[in-house]
Amino acid sequence: MILSLSKDNIEVVREQDVVLLRNRVKEVAVKIKMGLLNQTKLITAASELVRNMLRYGNGGTCLIEVVSRGRDNGVRLTFSDQGPGIADIGQAMRDGFSTGKSLGLGLPGSKRLVNEFDIKSKVGEGTTVMILKWANG
Amino acid sequence: MSFNLAKLLEKQKKNILELWMKNQLSDEGLREDLISNEELRSQSEELVSSIVANLGKSDVSNLDDESWSPVIEILGGIAITRARQGFSPRETGRFVFSLKEALLEVLQKEITNDPALLFQESVKINKLMDNLSIVTFETFIKGREEVILRQTDEIAEISTPVIRVWDGILALPIIGTLDSQRTQIVMENLLQEIVETGSSIAILDISGVPAVDSLVAQHLIKTVSATRLMGAECIISGIRPEIAQTVVHLGIDLSSIITKASLASALAYAFKSLKLEVRKQSLNTNHRQHG
Repeated sequence: MILSLSKDNIEVVREQDVVLLRNRVKEVAVKIKMGLLNQTKLITAASELVRNMLRYGNGGTCLIEVVSRGRDNGVRLTFSDQGPGIADIGQAMRDGFSTGKSLGLGLPGSKRLVNEFDIKSKVGEGTTVMILKWANG
Repeated sequence: MSFNLAKLLEKQKKNILELWMKNQLSDEGLREDLISNEELRSQSEELVSSIVANLGKSDVSNLDDESWSPVIEILGGIAITRARQGFSPRETGRFVFSLKEALLEVLQKEITNDPALLFQESVKINKLMDNLSIVTFETFIKGREEVILRQTDEIAEISTPVIRVWDGILALPIIGTLDSQRTQIVMENLLQEIVETGSSIAILDISGVPAVDSLVAQHLIKTVSATRLMGAECIISGIRPEIAQTVVHLGIDLSSIITKASLASALAYAFKSLKLEVRKQSLNTNHRQHG
């Protein structure tokens, strides 16, 4: 069972908020003694997802949680927006697919960087992406 | 006899100023280091005079009225200067609020026999001063924002220097986050410098970039392509181990770009491709010449 130890909500509406969010995630990761490599992976994944949220979802919120399961500690991030949603999640999760002009690695890439990844989307209602990284995972 | 607030305050102007000065000087938030007492007094005097002069001729409840613009201008000027001088919002707020206290105190002393009138006039003063406080804060924050904007511009300017490390070799250390706007500046500076110096090798050092995500990578790839179009080679250096692993997991293909772990190895590579050699002076060669 995964327990949530602390919660912190951050609004993301402007490009400057990306740096702010990244710093907050880093703070939390350092607090639970996550290694440098995992920290970088988590921060990069967060950076990808928050940029997606800004670009395609017109901004949204990010919930930062410190979670624990047994002796493991980790960071769970939940990004939710009220954007147009994704029609075909399978297609969006494929490497190199992008409706914008980007590399198309944001979603599949961040999935590879974290331990748990979950995406839910409804066309017209919005998208929620959850990622979880264990401190030594 | 009808009561005239403006006349009364005009008569008590000196008193109000004295009271206000006393309030300000006794306040523990007084910043003698930022503003001298004489300057404070002259600022205060100017403001009191203009408020009192205006009370007579204009509508107290409507600050949008043209006639209030001199007062707002003076107040705005004071607020902006204070924002630039580094006053805190609390100190700036106290400046206006202590005037309200002084005004109300004088009013209380003058109207002793008619509580209803005192109340009515106090409400008027309150309303006026509250509106003026809002104006002060709006201007104060605007002043602060200007400071921030100027600093942002300054940071953008100083953070992208192009260094000529050797004849034909340029280095460009990037520190901080690489967003679209920043990339634009970096690219412009770099390409311009390549033309001016006729350099054939440019080294982009990303040791100071905290995270490389796909957007940053895309920007880097674009910069490298643009440099190549100009006929120069671009090397990316300063790739830390954790960044390298993250980039691989993300699935970004940087194999078409020459990358090095440190600026030193990038420089060594640049020397090699320019057919330059850096050697330690060796005593042996000397020896052989003599022998």
